[in-house]
Amino acid sequence: MIFLDNLINGLSLGSIYAIIALGYTMVYGIAKMLNFAHGDVIMVGAYIAFCALQYWGFPPVLAIVAAMAVCTALGVTIEGLAYRPLRQAASLAVLITAIGMSYLLQNTALMIWGANPKSFPRTFINGTTLRIGQLSVSSATIITILANIVIMIALTLFTAKTKMGKAMRCVSEDRGAAELMGINVNRTISVTFAIGSALAAIAGVLLCSSYPILQPTTGSMPGIKAFTAAVFGGIGSIPGAMLGGVLLGVIEIFGKAYISTELGDAIVFAVLIVVLLVKPSGLLGKQIREKV
Amino acid sequence: MKKLFALLLAAVMLMSVTTVFAEDDVITLKVAHIGPTTGAAALYGLATLHGAEIAVEEINAAGGKYRIELINEDDEHNVEKVINAYNAALDAGAQMILGTTTSKPCEAAGAQGYVDRVFFLTPSASSPAVTEDKDNVFQICFSDPNQGLASAQYIAGHSLGTKIAVIYNNADVYSTGIRDTFVAEAAKLGLEIVSETTFTDETTDFTVQVADAQNKGAEIVFLPMYYTPASLILKTAADKEYHPVFFGVDGMDGILSVEGFDTSLAEGVMLLTPFVATAQDDLTVSFVAKYQAAYNEIPIQFAADAYDGIYILIAAAEKAGITADMSAEEACELMIAAMLELQVSGLTGTMTWDETGAVSKTPMAATIVNGEYVFE
Repeated sequence: MIFLDNLINGLSLGSIYAIIALGYTMVYGIAKMLNFAHGDVIMVGAYIAFCALQYWGFPPVLAIVAAMAVCTALGVTIEGLAYRPLRQAASLAVLITAIGMSYLLQNTALMIWGANPKSFPRTFINGTTLRIGQLSVSSATIITILANIVIMIALTLFTAKTKMGKAMRCVSEDRGAAELMGINVNRTISVTFAIGSALAAIAGVLLCSSYPILQPTTGSMPGIKAFTAAVFGGIGSIPGAMLGGVLLGVIEIFGKAYISTELGDAIVFAVLIVVLLVKPSGLLGKQIREKV
Repeated sequence: MKKLFALLLAAVMLMSVTTVFAEDDVITLKVAHIGPTTGAAALYGLATLHGAEIAVEEINAAGGKYRIELINEDDEHNVEKVINAYNAALDAGAQMILGTTTSKPCEAAGAQGYVDRVFFLTPSASSPAVTEDKDNVFQICFSDPNQGLASAQYIAGHSLGTKIAVIYNNADVYSTGIRDTFVAEAAKLGLEIVSETTFTDETTDFTVQVADAQNKGAEIVFLPMYYTPASLILKTAADKEYHPVFFGVDGMDGILSVEGFDTSLAEGVMLLTPFVATAQDDLTVSFVAKYQAAYNEIPIQFAADAYDGIYILIAAAEKAGITADMSAEEACELMIAAMLELQVSGLTGTMTWDETGAVSKTPMAATIVNGEYVFE
């Protein structure tokens, strides 16, 4: 029973990591950059949803839509202003810009919303406790797991079937060739950022529904864990991010429950190191041989 | 006409006050309040200043042997600026210090005061380093680790339960310090710790910690931490339909003012605190009324500590025989000796002190009922 309880908690935590990891992995796969500001877009999404619920009196669904809209706009703006001018620059320059953007977002949030933590309001997502046999499970847990599954299926279909999805895969495979074939690379990358950021808004709402404390630093640790999950699963691979995220969540909860609460995070990162030693490209990552 | 009348009235009052003690017998002490009255920690510095001002007003109006001239210096909760504030206070003729309000600056200023021989009574600086190796610094609040001791005594004394779970932040000295003294004292008092789990500053998921307490049948969950993680623990427990008694320390104070917090989650939560503004004893009622009239807000614990601080200083000064012409250095040794023999009853309890500078008083705990703190 306790095992099942831990498993469900692990799946729920892992699902949040997975949704965030999708943002990292899509951007990496297509733009070949690590968008370290992604975790902070999550935080912005959560704040927007908080304001919509608490101050503007939006119904929960509309609050999520508002958060997605703002995050999408934010993601596209960040890409256009900060990353696009650096498209030809060294990858290190882009990385530093992304870290700078992360701090910019955190400090802007600090200015707007202050340092005092806010408690995320109760909505249909986290409003009830379900009883399954002897288990008490929060509705947020179930909804998070379901949302993760829906998003995974939708994204897989999107990249496989739609024109834009195909364009993304092309740009990911060979940017130069894609451009020669008449694909608008900049637009494709913008769309990738838009989707990633919209997912970040959903992740923000789900994160704060399960763990209802909201501060300007709320996104950083889940962001780092999700980045780990993306690398764990094989960065650039959508099913990899899903698998990595879910596994990471389950490992974290089991590590805490059966080994030690003190070592919870250490176990997570130790597993990452072991996986990367054995399989450097991650669980589902493609092995790419580079010609010298 | 009205002005003239007011002036006349004031003159009459002044005369009536001064007639209680002949002018020669009245001793005016110069006390400096040092605390952050601007900056990020201004909430606390203003509370101690305002609490002290209310006490000073009462004492000066009562017309006893001692009057107080309160000097205020702002330290901005900064370890460098506090030394400037301290020097400015001494330059202004301060004979003793009520402060400083916050721990880190108090460590710095207290250490300088130890060298210069200046007496410090801090209302609210609670870290053990504030008094460590400094015979000149005394505390009104419990030191952080002593809150663990006091919590265990309260839980045992009020028979709240014997099976206890402890969840603490092992990356935080405040949390681990309280946990250590709590566990040690609990063992002495026959309380059984059935579950002990940890977290760090970044932890958001508490399902494992709460499940462990629940599965081991803890009746009380002790939470030596600040209110942010505590609010997550309360939420997780509610999701798991686990309803033990949650017992927190002063870090829990503030949980009800978190924006958007569902206060029903905190219903029945207990916390160790010496002061609750809604308490119905005469002293509290009168203090809260005066404070509200003067500053238009409800006093917090810090204000009550500083209010008591002024009365403690007066009592110690009287015992020590401090006079208006004594320097801070002369007053210091006499005040230290007097503090050790002193017993003062105030808003925050009946207090005595030992050589370490730590206070002993009966621990009091408030319970959250209908979104408000009440004393049982």
